[in-house]
Amino acid sequence: MRTCLVVDDSSVIRKIARRILEGLDFQIIEAEDGLQALEACKRAMPEAVLLDWNMPVMDGYEFLGNLRRMPGGDMPKVVFCTTENGIDHISRALHAGANEYIMKPFDKEIVATKFQEVGLIAPAEPSLV
Amino acid sequence: MTPQDYEYLRRLLKDHSGLDLSADKQYLIESRLLPLLREFDVPGISELVRKMKAGSPSLIAQVVEAMTTNETFFFRDKVPFDNFRDVIMPEVLKARGARKSIRIWCAAGSTGQEPYSLALCLKEMSASLAGWRVEIIATDLSREVLEKSKAGIYNQFEVQRGLPSQLLVKYFKQTGELWQISPDIRAMVQHRQLNLLHDFSQLGVFDVIFCRNVLIYFDQDTKINTFGRLADAMESGGFLVLGAAETVVGLTNAFKPFPNKRGLYQPSAVRVSAELPREKFTAMAGR
Repeated sequence: MRTCLVVDDSSVIRKIARRILEGLDFQIIEAEDGLQALEACKRAMPEAVLLDWNMPVMDGYEFLGNLRRMPGGDMPKVVFCTTENGIDHISRALHAGANEYIMKPFDKEIVATKFQEVGLIAPAEPSLV
Repeated sequence: MTPQDYEYLRRLLKDHSGLDLSADKQYLIESRLLPLLREFDVPGISELVRKMKAGSPSLIAQVVEAMTTNETFFFRDKVPFDNFRDVIMPEVLKARGARKSIRIWCAAGSTGQEPYSLALCLKEMSASLAGWRVEIIATDLSREVLEKSKAGIYNQFEVQRGLPSQLLVKYFKQTGELWQISPDIRAMVQHRQLNLLHDFSQLGVFDVIFCRNVLIYFDQDTKINTFGRLADAMESGGFLVLGAAETVVGLTNAFKPFPNKRGLYQPSAVRVSAELPREKFTAMAGR
């Protein structure tokens, strides 16, 4: 089973994200900030990272830079998931190596389509209505 | 909504549009009919059903329209757009090399996500389209829907369904929580109001027709008739793109499935294009 690291300082968001991603057949590891996330990546590189931007200790943007410089750190698909919904933030994130970007609030549908977009899950069977 | 209400609506939709709801689509009815409840000032689905049963053809028509209006989002189902880029466009570019013009029709353009997805595909491959004239015509039954399409303004939820973030930052302008697609992409799409049941020969002849998830709502005879008219509106060697659950098989021989690509069809007979220059036409006829 593939692993997704969920990085968010809100335990509520982590719980929602866990439920959605477990439904997409990911095993979940949680981290409360960028530093915890880096440590988790050192232990074992996940296939996917769902990443908040604003967090104490180390924010998501700084984590992403550090991750991409780590050995094997170019492998995980990183999807930001943040209330920062300005076009400048999205551009910065993509430029820094994020694969996709989700603006909160989010739902299962958005997470699923973004994960399809970066090739983490197969496209859903097309629906009629 | 009582089970009886649901059953009534299910049967009504089946009879009027062919739309076949499974037993668990109550949420779909509720979300689609909410605007109608407000419009008719009724408190719930049960009251709406009562009004419909009392006999109101216009209300019934509106319910059917609300239920059959396509859900749409950018690059819906993804595969048709991959096929457009990787299969259809290379073929069309080869076939139309002398003429250097391509005509594309979105026959259920709805709020614009489909025609703009095609426009974005074309924009991204503009290197191979230098010197070409490309027309995208988006039609829809509903004027209201077309107005939204023309404006090209979408909310945060809409731009996150199917649209890659790369394309979002590249081709949209943000105003608060709304996103508007850039003027040069909007300019690639022309809008016309059109009922597919009526004559559409005035639109001319197309190289590519996207007609997804519309014909499923038509009865068999109407489907067959529409396929015939769609074939008449196509260049030979053109492409018809249907929804994944739709097919021409068993209905018409005006189109044949394109090998190994679900949802992709080509007109079957070798037909002389209506738009060929006359001298070429004569030359071909004389051979």
